[in-house]
Amino acid sequence: MTLNELNALRKKARDHIYMVGLKRAARIQIGYGTCGIAAGAKPVYNAFIKKIEEYNIPNVTVVKVGCMGECAFEPIVEIVESDGTKTIYCSVNERMSSEIFEEHVLKGQRLDKYLLSKTKR
Amino acid sequence: MLDRMHILICGGPDCKDKSIPIRDAFKANIKKHHLENEVSAVITGCFGLCALGPHILIYPGEILYSGVSEENIQEIFEEHVMKNNPVERLLYRGKFDRMKLKNRSELTFFAQQERIVLRNCGTINPLDINEYIGRDGYMALAKVLTEMTPEEVISEVKKSGLRGRGGGGFPTGLKWEFAKKSISDEKYVVCNADEGDPGAFMDRAVLEGDPHTVLEAMAICGYAIGSHTGYIYIRAEYPVAVERLEIAIGQAKKLGLLGKNIFESGFDFDIEIRLGAGAFVCGEETALMASIEGERGMPRKKPPFPAVKGLFGKPTNVNNVETFANIPPIFLKGADWFKSIGTEKSSGTKVFALGGKIANTGLLEVPMGTTLREVIFDIGGGIPNNKKFKAVQTGGPSGGCITEEMLDTPIDFDNLIALGSMMGSGGMIVMDEDTCMVDVARFYLEFTVDESCGKCTPCREGTKRMLDILNRICQGRGNLDDLNILERLARIIKNSSLCGLGQTAPNPVLSTLKYFKDEYIAHVTDKVCPAGVCSKLTKYVILDNCIGCTKCAKNCPVGAITGNVKEKHKINSKLCTKCGVCKSICPVEAISTKPEKWRAIYAKAN
Repeated sequence: MTLNELNALRKKARDHIYMVGLKRAARIQIGYGTCGIAAGAKPVYNAFIKKIEEYNIPNVTVVKVGCMGECAFEPIVEIVESDGTKTIYCSVNERMSSEIFEEHVLKGQRLDKYLLSKTKR
Repeated sequence: MLDRMHILICGGPDCKDKSIPIRDAFKANIKKHHLENEVSAVITGCFGLCALGPHILIYPGEILYSGVSEENIQEIFEEHVMKNNPVERLLYRGKFDRMKLKNRSELTFFAQQERIVLRNCGTINPLDINEYIGRDGYMALAKVLTEMTPEEVISEVKKSGLRGRGGGGFPTGLKWEFAKKSISDEKYVVCNADEGDPGAFMDRAVLEGDPHTVLEAMAICGYAIGSHTGYIYIRAEYPVAVERLEIAIGQAKKLGLLGKNIFESGFDFDIEIRLGAGAFVCGEETALMASIEGERGMPRKKPPFPAVKGLFGKPTNVNNVETFANIPPIFLKGADWFKSIGTEKSSGTKVFALGGKIANTGLLEVPMGTTLREVIFDIGGGIPNNKKFKAVQTGGPSGGCITEEMLDTPIDFDNLIALGSMMGSGGMIVMDEDTCMVDVARFYLEFTVDESCGKCTPCREGTKRMLDILNRICQGRGNLDDLNILERLARIIKNSSLCGLGQTAPNPVLSTLKYFKDEYIAHVTDKVCPAGVCSKLTKYVILDNCIGCTKCAKNCPVGAITGNVKEKHKINSKLCTKCGVCKSICPVEAISTKPEKWRAIYAKAN
């Protein structure tokens, strides 16, 4: 790989991560370190995948990410929207994940009761 | 219609006099800013927690302020209501319920951190190299290979002031320079991922959350010292990290970011993984290299240092995972930027794994120079259940305890050593009033006795004898002379052990002896454990707040507890085996092992 190729790849990947040019897109990041897996991130991840297949909506991706640091509150689900809003839900289980998907991802209705934080980083 | 924001002010009997002026101050501000249709301020019933009143609860977010006075209203209105920035200083501190705690951590947990090592952890998909590249991944390697000479790379690392994050704190740039100066046909870069301290898991988090950063940094190091092969030595009990590293190496090779002729610079670099069986001593660099070579993991004497004669007899540079994770940002943002963070002699940040009696267990990264108090009480959320802080253990089995008086010391390598502890890999175990310091010292020593490789006598035999003495003390068979023997043994082991494991093994004992000598003396002369932990030196008693629920009597395995329903129960100390079942199931915490409680009761009985 040359430097130019890396730069091109970087731009493409950056656009993908930050959802450049997409409207109403979301990236669902699930804490999938050892701490998250131990706390039950697997069923949560599967629940989100199932929901996406069920509703067949474009521009929403589920991503496994590493440990965010708040291990005591795993499984942590962070919803990053294309406008830059970040919402962190904590101690998520299967039931909560479908609620989060239907309310937050589909209708844009933040669920304050499950919130860890709402930060713009 | 629902307002944008609701402000609820406590109007209970204790707060009533103060809440009316507070409400009026809010109303005046609302009027001033013409927010009548958006914000409402009302007086409500008692919130409880009257000692800390008056309280204000603001929706959305259920943000709770306590101990508010009229003077604070202006600030709360301007910051919170107008700009949606809760005034952290005035927030309720403590455990009201789980929701509030989360909101509190939302404000402080991330806000006070500076994330360099963990910059990508929890943000990118570690299984996809594109996400790392999208966050400037491999740009530092590209810059190094296309624009810089190996000498420039080393001088940049030296200039940054980066020191080894594995515990020792040796300047990384200097280490690289030594390895570069050694002349050999073959050199090696080794990443030490054998994280073994009890309670430390920062390396695991980096490898699981951002494996490519370590690969990139190893390639940079290889270019700087003139090596073409890297090894990652990782313990097999980190299966997720191992799997992600394997995937990451595969992806990097496929894209040509590892392998032959990287960025058409003519530089080749390859990385292999070596699994360790999880021996603590293999975190020591010479033992680690022996283990990679397939030998038994035992340290050897230094010199020759690994930079001269290391893996397979060739010059080798060994760095910790966290040290490597600092490298790419240094080249992307410059050594001066890195140097500007932290203190003069310890630049950059440090990741800590917070554990023990603390509200927010987890990982955090703060600039060097942050005080322990900020880490434990602000970011960590303090001690749960209103218990009193007793000590914090840093540096794992090699470190020592730090007491309350020293909490305001800024954290850096040299300060912690001056306090008789050490940075170590960054495990921080917080202990509250219910912790027995003799028992803690015993726990850590038990660990080092288990993990001692047995090569040198002071470590193999000395730590065992120290543990025997501590066991004796905890069972009430110790005497004052034991404390002197402990100290003497500790000094000998420190001075005569072959490697870091033995040289630091007595630290937990020495530091607890220094700061908590009264607890040791209580154990040996009064035969009492002040924290009520050592079972031979304590008694279980039921206090007056017993509600007579009979739970303890039903669950006592030896039938030592008697009493009628709704009446205070009693423990027969002759039958009691001090198993602790009653204490753990009591719904009202009426069972105590604290000497000040049981002594009074036993004095009355006699």
